[in-house]
Amino acid sequence: MSNIPKDLRYAASHEWVRPEGDGVFTVGISEHAQDLLGDMVFVELPDVGDEVSTGDDVAVAESVKAASDVYTPLTGEVIAVNEDLEDSPELVNSDPYGDGWMFKIKAEDAAEFENLLDAEAYESTLDED
Amino acid sequence: MTSTTALHAKHLEAGAKMVDFFGWDMPINYGSQIEEHHAVRQDAGMFDVSHMTIVDVTGPQAKAYLQYLLANDVAKLKDKGKALYSGMLNEEGGVVDDLIVYHFDDTNYRLVVNSATREKDMNWLNGCAEGFEVSITERSEFAMIAVQGPNAKEKAATLFSAAQKEAVAGMKPFFGVQAEDLFIATTGYTGEAGYEIMVPVAQAASFWQGLLDAGVKPCGLGARDTLRLEAGMNLYGQDMDETVSPLAANMGWTITWEPADRNFVGRKALEAQREAGTDKLIGLVMTDKGVLRHGQKVRTENGEGVITSGTFSPTLGHAIAMARVPAGVGDTVEVEMRKKWVTVKVVKPSFVRNGKSVL
Repeated sequence: MSNIPKDLRYAASHEWVRPEGDGVFTVGISEHAQDLLGDMVFVELPDVGDEVSTGDDVAVAESVKAASDVYTPLTGEVIAVNEDLEDSPELVNSDPYGDGWMFKIKAEDAAEFENLLDAEAYESTLDED
Repeated sequence: MTSTTALHAKHLEAGAKMVDFFGWDMPINYGSQIEEHHAVRQDAGMFDVSHMTIVDVTGPQAKAYLQYLLANDVAKLKDKGKALYSGMLNEEGGVVDDLIVYHFDDTNYRLVVNSATREKDMNWLNGCAEGFEVSITERSEFAMIAVQGPNAKEKAATLFSAAQKEAVAGMKPFFGVQAEDLFIATTGYTGEAGYEIMVPVAQAASFWQGLLDAGVKPCGLGARDTLRLEAGMNLYGQDMDETVSPLAANMGWTITWEPADRNFVGRKALEAQREAGTDKLIGLVMTDKGVLRHGQKVRTENGEGVITSGTFSPTLGHAIAMARVPAGVGDTVEVEMRKKWVTVKVVKPSFVRNGKSVL
């Protein structure tokens, strides 16, 4: 079974979200998602300063197998991106919830976080796959 | 109904990710496809290719039959064990399948054809045999393991008997030899040195384990695809099929035109295609971010084409592809990637050999 940390929230499109305080959230893709995609070869990230709305495709995770859009689970401003992924996209495979994070967002409405799936609800969406 | 090879339990034991490959439950990778790829380029990797179809062709007219069946000419095969790559064409000059034929003597040959086309191939082989005194026998009692990479031969040899070592000593590329219970061939689908070894099904798992113990890394279909594409080798069903001329699939070198009176299946159509001109299979290289992929549209000054196979090349660190396009394209073409047109470089469809870039 895939590792789905309890302290994170998830989007059905396989992004995870971690609250960092002050309305800032870190976003990446779940272990399940990286496993489906296989070895990552490029990650295209948004620009710092981008204003994004929930559901926008803001990043691309490109693996040996396929290119997959990554959608922002929250509305707000991108305030940081994981530049290490430029040279080491495999971090998304080896540490999807840690060093493989993709971007940080300053949410317009931090309450939006509460509408995301918790670990249990996300897990149940995987069972339906 | 899913088929499994004699090594299926070994794949599960190793934690392989399994996929359905034309009805066979096969490993796509054992963790990281890219690490498996590098193992073959830098050391030694092995593939379960037991799903491929081994067919023996024997009888007084075996040679005449194969000269009729294949676009390449088995008359070129003089030495015992020498192998030849060929297309098997239909009357329209399309490729029914591509295969390797090993020559033992003029009455005794062995073919290895694709698994995805097994039933079609068997029907075709039998259909073309009408009027020839030949026997066509599928040899499903063998498993097949490809051991590939710069250290592959040395590591595989740790499992060979003295007689088997002697049998393969000094064996040139593209030869096969039956040595006691193993058929050992210096063939492969990776662009590296190594062997393809046919082993009786009952011994397959222990032979595989022996290779594991010798430090050979198990590799799945994912790495097999990136390795063959770097080597510029076609994949049947993707780079060519029954509707594609070998002349449009970079297989011109596999057609033996002389002697002109050798009648082989598809010859007439092929001569007409040669006269009229065909599309060409070219190589593409893109050093920018992104990956070229099968099915992407290609725009050239002479018209549209399509990427038949594309991937990220782990050895080169950027995207490579093969594309079928109108003849006479220039140094660059445009590829439609994720709704944008990107300019990419045209090269010969061969990218890596023996661990090194040939660009």
